[in-house]
Amino acid sequence: MREITISQAVNEALAEEMRRDETVFIIGEDVAEAGTPFKVLSGLVEEFGTARVVDTPIAEPGFMGLAVGAAMTGTRPVVDLMFGDFIYLIMDQLCNQAAKTHYMSGGKLNVPLVLRTNLGATRRSAAQHSQSLHALVAHIPGLKVAMPSSAYEAKGLMKTAIRDNNPVVIFEDKLMYNDKAPVPEEEYLIPFGEANIKREGSDITLIATSSMVQVCEEAAEILAAEGISAEVIDPRTIVPLDEKTLIASAKKTSRVIVVDEGHQSYGVTGEIAGRINEKAFYHLDAPVLRMGAMDVPVPFSPALEDITVPTPQAVVENARKLMLGEMIHAA
Amino acid sequence: MSPSKPHHNAQDYLRMYRQMVRIRTFEDNANQLYLSAKMPGLTHMYSGEEAVAVGICEALRKTDKITSTHRGHGHCVAKGAEFKEMFCELLGKEEGYCRGKGGSMHIADQSNGNLGANAIVGGSMGIATGSAFSAKLLGKDDVTVCFFGDGATAQGLMYETMNMAALWNLPVIYACENNGYSEYTKTEEIAAGSITARAEAFGMEAFQVDGQDVLAVNALTEQLVERCRKGEGPFFIELMTYRYHGHHVGDINREYYRSKEEEQDWKENRDPIIRFRSWLVSEGIISEAEIDAMNAEIKDDAAAAVDYALNAKYPDVSEVDMHVFTDVTHALAQG
Repeated sequence: MREITISQAVNEALAEEMRRDETVFIIGEDVAEAGTPFKVLSGLVEEFGTARVVDTPIAEPGFMGLAVGAAMTGTRPVVDLMFGDFIYLIMDQLCNQAAKTHYMSGGKLNVPLVLRTNLGATRRSAAQHSQSLHALVAHIPGLKVAMPSSAYEAKGLMKTAIRDNNPVVIFEDKLMYNDKAPVPEEEYLIPFGEANIKREGSDITLIATSSMVQVCEEAAEILAAEGISAEVIDPRTIVPLDEKTLIASAKKTSRVIVVDEGHQSYGVTGEIAGRINEKAFYHLDAPVLRMGAMDVPVPFSPALEDITVPTPQAVVENARKLMLGEMIHAA
Repeated sequence: MSPSKPHHNAQDYLRMYRQMVRIRTFEDNANQLYLSAKMPGLTHMYSGEEAVAVGICEALRKTDKITSTHRGHGHCVAKGAEFKEMFCELLGKEEGYCRGKGGSMHIADQSNGNLGANAIVGGSMGIATGSAFSAKLLGKDDVTVCFFGDGATAQGLMYETMNMAALWNLPVIYACENNGYSEYTKTEEIAAGSITARAEAFGMEAFQVDGQDVLAVNALTEQLVERCRKGEGPFFIELMTYRYHGHHVGDINREYYRSKEEEQDWKENRDPIIRFRSWLVSEGIISEAEIDAMNAEIKDDAAAAVDYALNAKYPDVSEVDMHVFTDVTHALAQG
């Protein structure tokens, strides 16, 4: 099968959906001729023109709000938010308007929009261009949240998101745009709420999102050499969450580590750990471990930045401890 | 009053009058529901501003869109909503426009092009601009009117969206209802400079009009709507009006920010309904007796709708997690 990058996968998904449905349009800063700073959208304005690939002023709340109104009235905007950190700027339009419109109108109004943005540290971009803020929006009822971990997921989840009649936020990892993976030529969609078991195992479950899937796959390789069989699961969407698959794996292996690049406190790792605790407690042989990003603003210096996010080595060390029972009396 | 427009006939004028009285009557009943503790929460009265909503909405087609505000009952009635569904919504009943999930501050009536009231001041400026963007992209000639108050002119979103609307010639009319007060503060204390100049800075034509004169509001809006349909938008209107009640129904002692004399002056000398009524009679369009009969009929309609809503069913508790997502019947059952 051919291999393409995440960047190409997202581009293909958008082009295919824009050809299929002429109400789909892209809006954001430098999305047209520039194709975004990450060049993910290169070539789209040439095919679809500036009416459907719309460059905006630097006004995130403004174009996000505009997209909400456009979505309510018959079009399907794909909003490009250049950095995930800028989500703070659009919180009212995303969380008070887009997320609640369907509910507040008793089901009469729909907001079928996609917000494309990114996450991920270690790009040496410091505290305002490196955050992973998906937990913030996953907290708000009414928003779906997708986190592709490879080019295959990036394409399939994007196409599903565009066809969804709800607001969907997609977080791509900005360090992975050039990572390649096998992607079929023929069309496919990935349904929301279906986790992907990336690697089967029997001793311990590693639940990982976005770039942390790679981290956990590497960790699983190392653990395998030591005779520890790790199962790696990628939820693919955190809203909706395929709780069933996660719980089944926890019951099977009896040990779980949840790895995610958002801040650890009050985050995705805690939420998933909590659900496993509620529904698989009597099947567990060890506490469920959370591994998120350090609870500090992302520092600039490489010497500091690199230690703020989970690494394969750190996952391996925690997995070993869980296997040896060291965490049971950790408190 | 402004001179009559040649293509208006008696029916148009009487419909405008009727709609203004319907708004006033709706608000009188809503206020009474609050005062008698029959309504959950509180609400923001549109009384005094009727000529704005009616003058504008009478210039629109059903497929044209509006976005509304926390002070939104007037817009909702003027765009074609029914009393029964509105009172049901105010009381949180199942038959409300939003099945009781929105309430006074979120009434939406998609069937008549009302994209909804908004409880965030200035929160709908993006939605209105996006609705106009959609119309243009889809090749429709629908126009969107964005209602907002003088208070919303302090929000940054207004400048971001007006900039884009002007850059892209979107068919949207920004209708600033200047009722003199931003919650409990005089407008002159929160808005530096001129309000229309804000729009003019974006190269937008901006107008100021007497918001107590329904014919003046309607004549101006008709012109601007036609120009929007031809691709000459966007436009900005500042409508000078007055809020008879406090910021909300519970804001009763308000001498610390405005005098009773000032309120009395607007009510007695500039009331949009009294003014229009005397014009209709002096022009021989309708008699005093006929007007009294119309007012009484509207009062009875409202009383019947209130009575209906008070006795209507609340939504079943199973609806609490419905309509979170379009494609999931019960969101909490999903995990």
